Amino acid sequence: MSETIEQIANQDYKWGFVTDIEADVAPPGLNEEIVRLISHKKEEPEWLLEWRLKAFRHWKTMSEPTWANVKYGPIDYQAISYYSAPKQRKKLNSLDEVDPEVRATFAKLGISLEEQKRLTGVAVDAVFDSVSVATTFRTELAKVGVIFCSFSEAVREHPDLVRKYLGSVVPYTDNFFATLNSAVFSDGSFCYIPKGVRCPMELSTYFRINSAGTGQFERTLIVADEGATVSYLEGCTAPMRDENQLHAAVVELVALDNASIKYSTVQNWYPGDKQGKGGIYNFVTKRGKAFTNAKLSWTQVETGSAITWKYPSCILQGDNSVGEFYSVAVTANYQQADTGTKMIHIGKNTRSTIVSKGISAGHGQQTYRGAVTIMKGATNARNYSQCDSLLLGDKCGAHTFPYIEVRNSSATMEHEASTSKIGEDQLFYCQQRGISAEDAVSMIVSGFCREVFRELPMEFAVEAQKLLGVSLEGSVG
Amino acid sequence: MLEINNLHAGIEGKEILRGLTLSVGTGEVHAIMGPNGSGKSTLANVLAGRPRYEVTQGSVTYEGKDLLAMPTEERAREGVFLAMQYPVEIPGVNNIYFLKAAVNAVRKHHGEEELDAMEFLQIAREKMKLVELDEAFMNRAVNEGFSGGEKKRNEIFQMAVLDPKLAVLDETDSGLDIDALRIVAEGVNALRSEKHSVLVITHYQRLLTYLVPDYVHVLANGRIVKSGGKELALELEQKGYEWIEQEVVAAR
Repeated sequence: MSETIEQIANQDYKWGFVTDIEADVAPPGLNEEIVRLISHKKEEPEWLLEWRLKAFRHWKTMSEPTWANVKYGPIDYQAISYYSAPKQRKKLNSLDEVDPEVRATFAKLGISLEEQKRLTGVAVDAVFDSVSVATTFRTELAKVGVIFCSFSEAVREHPDLVRKYLGSVVPYTDNFFATLNSAVFSDGSFCYIPKGVRCPMELSTYFRINSAGTGQFERTLIVADEGATVSYLEGCTAPMRDENQLHAAVVELVALDNASIKYSTVQNWYPGDKQGKGGIYNFVTKRGKAFTNAKLSWTQVETGSAITWKYPSCILQGDNSVGEFYSVAVTANYQQADTGTKMIHIGKNTRSTIVSKGISAGHGQQTYRGAVTIMKGATNARNYSQCDSLLLGDKCGAHTFPYIEVRNSSATMEHEASTSKIGEDQLFYCQQRGISAEDAVSMIVSGFCREVFRELPMEFAVEAQKLLGVSLEGSVG
Repeated sequence: MLEINNLHAGIEGKEILRGLTLSVGTGEVHAIMGPNGSGKSTLANVLAGRPRYEVTQGSVTYEGKDLLAMPTEERAREGVFLAMQYPVEIPGVNNIYFLKAAVNAVRKHHGEEELDAMEFLQIAREKMKLVELDEAFMNRAVNEGFSGGEKKRNEIFQMAVLDPKLAVLDETDSGLDIDALRIVAEGVNALRSEKHSVLVITHYQRLLTYLVPDYVHVLANGRIVKSGGKELALELEQKGYEWIEQEVVAAR
């Protein structure tokens, strides 16, 4: 029976095609000239160039972190190209002007921009390599004052907002990869929800790395003004390539008083082949700051990438603010993931919930790493953490490193952890009822992840469930 | 329906069934009784195709087909149902969703159209009454947090919905109070017809008061050592298993 588990884990990556379009690619290497080039290409104001340069100079003094429970060869930062854009860079006024090849790619991914526009009512910003290709639904959003555009555009059109909030949650000195991103970020999404506005539709970004030898360094900034509410979705895929590609993104969320931001990710970067060759290094910094009565909620389904290094976190600055982290991470074949969250309780009566579900198959190695910090002033803070691991097969691993730091004795902390294996008994039970081994695994795994899936917006939950099935196909035994 | 011929089987290299021969006709209810370790559960698991059980010799023919050559799920889809001695929990998987997936897998196998949620629910509700389970129970996760009796009733409920041609009950009566026992027996009785065959594996006679078998077989040391009518069960209840074992030894 363990052959079946293996098979399910070793399914092929279905999004691994390359789009043949002309790209404007910067020469490999990283120096001040490149930083200036990127800034110049994007016609950025002086203050932003300065910010990038400060980040770059700081980055040169830093060294790559080694504490994560993942193994990979040295990354040659001088061999990466830090900028790649589909050519034909005149300003796009409508979707019809997007390069047909690019649009075909998004159609293959199941996100036909037009379809999205008409049917689902989800506004999409699609980032292809380094450049944001098109943002749907602009006018409808503009009616309620919601700004949703590419980061570059935001810098041009709304410089005050960008300047005020950029780096306010993840400063350019934050960590090796975030600092690198600050120096070379090429594009990303920007979103602003004005005071008291409930964003009328889900906002969504799709990221795609296409060019070979490039890194993708996008930056997302979401600001929900007082009393505003928004739900944001992010999806990602990449072609299959033998070399490892670096993806070092930064996401900053700002939820002002009484605001609420829900950020959902379905991450399906190319995970490398069955021998562990190639795949994306996904080294991402995601963090949000919640002011008084505000709420931040991260939901992630991580099935892709060769290596994932990611800790979506919440700074619970204001009194009564709430932070949530719901995560499903899958490591199959030779994938590695070190992921979790940080909940930093600063305000009074702050509450946080962590639900992490890790699934390992094949030779996958997975680590949950979480830190809950209760600061001195955080009277009556509460945290509930639950970390469950599911193992498929006997060559994979699951590790849990929960850190808890409490400086206020009124805090209430709960932590639950479990590790289980998909048992032969469970599989047999399903098969004895006529259900195939593959369907059985997918059913058992979905059941295991149910608490997280129910946090996802409807159509995303369906996609996530399918993705999970595909990622684990072949892994039951 | 089922022809078992000189079956030798075991687990982890240890032989448990040593030349078992048994014939179950369509529409018949057979009870297999025997002391602990006689091979009762091995028989049930071998018939259902549980991994790790190895057949070393002999044959099993089900409806003219070689049962042992069929993968586990195919046996199920062809109408072999095993009510388990220890039903497993599947956390987070809705009981009714699970059963619907099972029913539709069977239907698909037979080229029938899959049932939608409403059609399925109608059938499920009817069968639920049979085992005296209420609706709330359907929406709980498969066997999670169920009492021993509920788990067994759930097995019978699944059996009733799947409507198998051959139902094998592996010590379904163990650990049940008298009410649950009656419910289980009634569930099986409802399935009885000239099209359905049942193999009841049990240690005790008491289930057989409610569920009267056509034939009773005694299993000892991996072989059927005695067969008879329903009265054999009563005899076993009174005298225990020892006299049979002695009889067998004496006959050698």
